[in-house]
Amino acid sequence: MTGIAPARPVRDPQAVAGRAGHTARRSRQLAGMLYAAPTALIVVVLFVVPLVLVVWMSLNRWPVLGAPTFNAPANYAKVSQDPLFLDSVLFTLKYTAIITVLLSLLALGLALAVQERRPGVAFYRAAFFLPGAVGFAAAALLFYGLLNNDFGPFGFLGVNWIGTPNMALTSTIMLVLWRFAGFNMLILLTGLQAIPVEVYEAARSDGATRMQIFTKITLPLLRPTIALMLILSITGSLLAFDQFFIFTNGGPDNSTVSMVMVIYRNAFFRFDLGGAAALSVVLLVALVALNALQMRVLRGGRA
Amino acid sequence: MSRKLIAVATAGVLAAVLAACGGGSPGPAPQGGQDAGPVTITMWTRAATQAQSQRLVDAYNKSHKNQVKLTVIPTDNYQPRIAAAAGAKQLPDVFAADVIFVPNYTSQGLFLDITDRVAKLPFKDSLAPSHMKLGTYDGRMYTLPHTLDLSVWFWNKDLYAKAGLDPEKGPTTLKEFAEQATTVQEKLGKDGKIHGTFFGGNCGGCYVFTFWPSVWAAGGQVMNEDGTQSLVNQSPMTDVFQTYRTLYDNGVTGPTTKEEQGPTWTGFFPKGTIGVMPMPSTTLGLMPKDMKIGVAPIAGPDGGESTFVGGDSVGISATSQHPDAAWDFLSWTVSDEAQVEVMAKNKDVPARTDLANNKYSAADPRVVLINSLVAKGQTPYALKFGQTFNDPQGPWLRFAREAVFGDPSKLASLNGAIDSSLQQ
Repeated sequence: MTGIAPARPVRDPQAVAGRAGHTARRSRQLAGMLYAAPTALIVVVLFVVPLVLVVWMSLNRWPVLGAPTFNAPANYAKVSQDPLFLDSVLFTLKYTAIITVLLSLLALGLALAVQERRPGVAFYRAAFFLPGAVGFAAAALLFYGLLNNDFGPFGFLGVNWIGTPNMALTSTIMLVLWRFAGFNMLILLTGLQAIPVEVYEAARSDGATRMQIFTKITLPLLRPTIALMLILSITGSLLAFDQFFIFTNGGPDNSTVSMVMVIYRNAFFRFDLGGAAALSVVLLVALVALNALQMRVLRGGRA
Repeated sequence: MSRKLIAVATAGVLAAVLAACGGGSPGPAPQGGQDAGPVTITMWTRAATQAQSQRLVDAYNKSHKNQVKLTVIPTDNYQPRIAAAAGAKQLPDVFAADVIFVPNYTSQGLFLDITDRVAKLPFKDSLAPSHMKLGTYDGRMYTLPHTLDLSVWFWNKDLYAKAGLDPEKGPTTLKEFAEQATTVQEKLGKDGKIHGTFFGGNCGGCYVFTFWPSVWAAGGQVMNEDGTQSLVNQSPMTDVFQTYRTLYDNGVTGPTTKEEQGPTWTGFFPKGTIGVMPMPSTTLGLMPKDMKIGVAPIAGPDGGESTFVGGDSVGISATSQHPDAAWDFLSWTVSDEAQVEVMAKNKDVPARTDLANNKYSAADPRVVLINSLVAKGQTPYALKFGQTFNDPQGPWLRFAREAVFGDPSKLASLNGAIDSSLQQ
């Protein structure tokens, strides 16, 4: 989501006053480009160059040492024959659907609960948001310890937290909800507070019920904020890695292997950098398409 | 004035870009051999064999001007870290690797050819044979043995005595192993704290290390010679799986056996809660001092003895700038001095067969037994070993878990997946 900041017109009274018009314009343009240069440089070095490189890698057989050899489109042909990747696509989509619904509902509930200024509400806001301050990898390890059947404080319950495919997914969802609900709540809260109080007052004086206010005013005016939250949540879930890599290690029996884990495995366990790059490109294209579609759908209603 | 400013700034940006594209090599690096003064070389090792590497490095640093800086990397992350470093040409001067990954690393060209240097060692013929075999690729040698880690059965003599078993008689067949584990479970396991046995049930490498020796002891094989065809769907592998399956079904194994992913599988025995289980020989020197432990070779269903000769090999990375300094360290680690006074002194298996009997091993008959197994054990060879057998998403772990805990009717197709992974 990195973009080049729009260059602002430079107001240099001396230049405008003392020189010919076109020189001043040229100078302003140059200065504008100069202001944008540091950001542009970062974008080029950290985004464009790696992007071009990964596309080039995906067209080659790329050993960890030694010279790559061009073999397109072999790496892409392999994608559809990798059963682990195909399984991981289905699993990642399933995970994304579940987590997006649950996370949105939970975040909306929390945001509505702490929306109004009341005594003690600051405490709850902080408490809900606090898990978001824990690093995600650390949170995954924390849950691994908490739910461990040998030494974890919740092990005594006798529940096999990560022993079966369904429990492993359920436990991971609990982890993600705990970690991200507060952050999504914060996003929705900013949207809620941007709704002018006058609108609510007008609705109330017209005799609208609480339910009507929620469905006819809050939700429609919250739409752009919800769109932002959905895009962040869906993109983040499709790129899920830490929670499955650290918490369930893809198990049991490969039931929780996400797409990015397969890419990681191909690159760093099988040394197939070209194949991993091809999977990355496929995933990137799918994500861009999905985001474009989402933007259109969510904007379409407002226009 | 503003134009001058722009020119200066543009030059600065250009310089920054050029510097970024320069690849970060700070001037010409000194060539090996012509190093002026003491050199510090870097070394990586995995956490599993950290204790041994650390002792060797400390002893070397104490007695040499050149110094070795050791970095320890979590075992599970070792392979990805090596791959990432190799891709970025950032490998350390020297790195150890799990011996079974070595054929893959040599085929990728990660190690420097040290054939001529090895040939000059007076004891070259007594270097641990299976490690040397796996370090040889297309007739050239790339690695030396670094640590030897053998799988053996440990039994807890105190628990045996309490359970009414003879504490001095460990199992000599896999059937006896199962019987003794079951007895410990039945006699002492009522309160749920003591268990008959344990194994890493969600850990591909653990299965390989602890189950395969029973197959070899029975005269069987797990793969063909070239490591391209799986034989794990045949007897005696299937008999070995059946024995452990029965133990699990009867509740003789610790409660987290099925979920154990590897990091903690050796942690239960030292707590004194397990009767008898396969363990790595390198942990013998780390056991609690007051614990009475018996050591027996891993046996097949009806006898025989074998072991998985695991551990690490060490080589000089292909991109090292200090190959001579690196070789000075490597050749020292297999010298009499290092092998006897560092390795053997700490109950570790020497990397040389001519040092199997030394002044330290004589004091502990268990160490003599372990040392003698080097010649009887095996190290399986396969170019695609790691991605097939160690990788948690690889086909072998699914196969082993279905065989021990799940649905044996799936084994035929899963064995096909092992074959295709080996042949990739």
